[in-house]
Order: sequence, then C-alpha cells, then structure tokens
Amino acid sequence: MKTKRIIRETIITILLCVAALTTVIPFLYMISTAFKGQVFVFEVPPQFIPKNPTLQNFIAAFASNNFGRYFLNSIIVTVIAVLSILLLASMMAYALARYQFVGRKFIYGLVIFFMTMPAMSLIVPQFIVAHTLQLTDTLAGLIVLDVAQNLPFAVFLLKGFLEDIPKEIEEAAIIDGASPWSIYMHIVVPLCKPALATSAIIAFLGAWDEFVWASTITNSPQNRTLPVAIATFQGVHTTNWGLVFAASLIAIVPVLIMFISLQKYFVKGMVAGAVKG
Amino acid sequence: MLSSPAFVIQDEKMRTKTARDTLTAYLFLLPGLIMLMVWLVYPMFSALNISLRDWNIMPGAVSPFIGLKNYLTAFQDDFFWLSLKNTSVYALVTVVGQLLFGLLVALMLEKITRGKVFFRTLFYLPVVTSWVVVSLLFKFLFNSSSAGLVNYFLVDILHVISQPVSWLTEANTAFVAIDTLGIWKGVGFSMIIFLAALQTIPEELYQVASMDGASEGQILRYITLPMLVPTIAMVTVMLTIGAFQTYIPVALITKGGPLHRTEFVISYMYSLAFNDLKFGYSSAMAYLLAAIVFGISRIQMRFTRRDSAVG
Repeated sequence: MKTKRIIRETIITILLCVAALTTVIPFLYMISTAFKGQVFVFEVPPQFIPKNPTLQNFIAAFASNNFGRYFLNSIIVTVIAVLSILLLASMMAYALARYQFVGRKFIYGLVIFFMTMPAMSLIVPQFIVAHTLQLTDTLAGLIVLDVAQNLPFAVFLLKGFLEDIPKEIEEAAIIDGASPWSIYMHIVVPLCKPALATSAIIAFLGAWDEFVWASTITNSPQNRTLPVAIATFQGVHTTNWGLVFAASLIAIVPVLIMFISLQKYFVKGMVAGAVKG
Repeated sequence: MLSSPAFVIQDEKMRTKTARDTLTAYLFLLPGLIMLMVWLVYPMFSALNISLRDWNIMPGAVSPFIGLKNYLTAFQDDFFWLSLKNTSVYALVTVVGQLLFGLLVALMLEKITRGKVFFRTLFYLPVVTSWVVVSLLFKFLFNSSSAGLVNYFLVDILHVISQPVSWLTEANTAFVAIDTLGIWKGVGFSMIIFLAALQTIPEELYQVASMDGASEGQILRYITLPMLVPTIAMVTVMLTIGAFQTYIPVALITKGGPLHRTEFVISYMYSLAFNDLKFGYSSAMAYLLAAIVFGISRIQMRFTRRDSAVG
C-alpha cells in the first residue's frame, strides 16, 4: 500500500516537473538572452547558458536609453495611483457598508457594473476627456485612469470585507462621541488591513503593467512608463532582444519579489475576483 | 396613537439622523464617485453619442448625427467579421486549453505532499508577469529563423518538421503563437481557482467513497468532477470574457497584420480610432464588443446563482 502510494506520488511529481519546465523555459531563455551580446542572440543551437555573458544590455538600458527615467515614472505613477485607490476605495466601502442612505444600492450597482466592463471599450471617450482636461502626455493623466479603472474592484473587495466585521467597536466609538472621520481613520482603516493589502497588490499590478492607456496618451520620452519603454525597445527594423529582455527583467523583478513574498494576499485577491459574480 | 408626543420626537430624531447619515455617506463617497463619473460614467454616454455620429476629431468641427449607420457599417465590414471570428477562435482554443491544463495541474497538486507551494508558485509566474513582457518574449521564441527556440525545438530536437516555420508572417501560424501564449499565461490562474474549489469539497465524501471501495478513477468521476461543475462553469465564462478583451499580444506580436488578417475585435476597434481616426465607427464597435461581453457575463451570473443554490 505504502510503496504504491510513493510510486504514484513520484509519477505525479515527474509529470508536474515536465509541466513546470514548459512554464519556466521561456523565462530562463529570457534571462539568458538578457545576458547575451547582440551577435549571440540568434546562435544555432540556442544557448541557455550564454558563452560570453555580459552586462552590456543592462548598462545600455540605463546609460543610453534613459531607462532610469522610465523606471522612476513607473514608480511615481504606481505609488500615487495605489495610495489613491486605497484611500478612495476604503472611504467608499465604509460608506456603502456602514450607512443607510438613498442611492446606496444604485451606487454599489454602478461599482459592480464597471467591474465587469471591458477596460478598453471606453478608450476613445476617455482619450477625449483627457484631451479636454489637458492631461494627455502627462503622468497625472496616467494616474487618474489607473485610479478609475482599479477603483471598482477595490471597493467591492473592501466592502465585502467590512461587512464581515462586527460593528461593535465602531458603535462604542459613536457613543463616545467620535466623528465619522475619526472612526474611519482610527478604527475602520486598521481593521481592514488584510483587505487593503490584497487591494494594494491587485492595484499595483494593474498600474505597474498598464500599457494601452499609457501608449495612447503619452508621446514624449520623458513621460514614458516601463511597459511603453519596453515596447518601444522593440525596434522597427531590427530588435535588440538582449536590451528588450534586460529591460523586461528590471521591470518584472519588483513584481516577482512582491508576488513571492506576499503570495497569500495575491491568491486571495485572485480568488475573490473570481467569485465576484 | 401615532400622534403621541414621544413617537413624534422619536420620528423627528430618526429623520435628522437619516439625513445626517446620508450627508456623511455622500461625503465619504464623493472623491471616488467623481473619479467614476468623469472617467467611466460620462465616457460611457459619450461613447454612445460618438457612435451615432460621423465624428470629427477637429475641435469645434461639426459631427453630423447619422443614427445607426456606424453599427450597420460594422455588419457589412468583412474585417469586423474576420476579427470577430479570430477572437472567437482564440477564445475557444485558449479557454479550453486553460481549463484542461489548469484542472489537470490542480488535481495533480492535490495528490502530492511535497513541493506543493513550489509548483504552485512556478505555475503562477506567467500570471503575474506583464502582458507586454510575455508578448515580446513569445514573439522572440516564435522567431522565423532556425535559431528561434520553437523552430529549433521542432526541427532539430523533435524532428516534427523539416524546415523552420516563419510563424508570424502568416495568420494561421501567427495564431499558433498567440494562442499558445494565451494558454501558457492563463493556466496558473485557473489552477488557483480550482485549488480553492477543491478545498471546499468535504473530506467526508472522499472517506465514505474509499470505505465503499471506490477506485481513484471512480472518485474523480463521481465526486470530484461533479462537485467542480459550478466552478468550471464560472471559470469558463470568466476566461471567455478575458479572451474577448485580449489586446496586447496582437498589438505587439503581429500588429493585426498582415493586412488585418490577425486582428481581434478590440485591436481592430483601437486601430480604427487611433490609426484611421474613425472615432464614431470605433465607438460603435466598442459598444458591440461590450454587448458581447455583457451577454457572456449575464450567463456567468446565472451560473454563480445556481452555484450558491447548490451550496
């Protein structure tokens, strides 16, 4: 019985290893290419371990391609967007979960509606709005749309979380004469920490990887974010793949570190998103 | 009875409390609502307006009202139908692929005791990697030269084909690359959902079944899979909606070419607006796409409701 189980588990593990290899090989090849000089990129047979590993692609990204600026832009946009999403979404969630008022159902319905709306389908009128407000080719224009796009899901997540928390502490605070704002700041926000963490991660991913809007409204190199910059590294005639993947690695490393260290929250967010109905 | 003084005071108090609550609630909602109004609600109505006009992007220029003409144009546009076909095939192939592999991996992970977290993390890597990066990566892997990794693998290692294929210059083979990417990137996601669903199946069911001498296969066939049906339905619909919104791979791998042959509805919509400046026609297409996606999510809601009724 026991040996049978061990054999079975070994077979399954081998199958899983094969599946994991197909997942990982493209990544490994990307890493290896990032360390290759341009002449070695299309070598036959393809090399997974570069013969003459070089850092020239990484150096070129920062030295001649203004990569530091794009990285900084991405950080500015993402940090401001995530913080704004957390603040606005938790305020909305608090109102929706704790207050009875006219229009509550309608507003929550709106939130749910926009959560299922295809993100790109409003890009034409959004572009016109951005143009009218003179937000095209600015980082602010990127931030506001990141906030609007990611707000509904964060509200949904936080409202659901708040509704599962008993109101007793808040009610005691009301009797003690605390204002709604101080209840929100000092009781609700600390209580919501796990849900805020999940929302922050999902929003971070959304803002950090946002490409379509950024490539639509920004023109000048000084307003480029990482995804747009990486896409433009793909040249019109010949692509310097080493450079593309060195840049890609720099862009995805923060995400991967965050994912691996905060996996629990990631998974929660994904599962919550799946059952949102 | 109703006019007893105590009751009136109570009633009065309630009313001011409700009014105050409403005010407080709206103050909390205001900043978020402004964002939603400016960037989602207004654009939604604006898109409808634009889609009914021959939209002129020059500021101050007249944009004549043309009714449903843009929508009718779409129905007579071969490229629209082709893009819809392309999107549907992509949806079919990638949804089935992600479901099958995701389910398979989840079931296998349930059976092992060691390395579960390790494997789960690996399978999830593509999910958290940006679409821009993985699209460029697949474009590179499917390079037409014999040094392209996929070509090398098929020609020199597996000997399935004798000549390297120039994958991205022809629609059918380009879709092989785009579809493979769609499956590869999404397996980890459906795996996570299936793992979560597997956790909710009561342990007793398995115990009773194995006490009755049910084989591994029978347990899978009569307990696990039936219990997963609501999840499978839900994931199917979610993935289908996702597939209909896929844009970046097409934009970065083929740019919709050659000659719009690899266009998806959403990439065609984008290129109509920002390459051809046909904002009206593009907005009509956006509405058609939204209608399709909402149709699918309606079905999803029906499934989720049945899901909660089952338990």
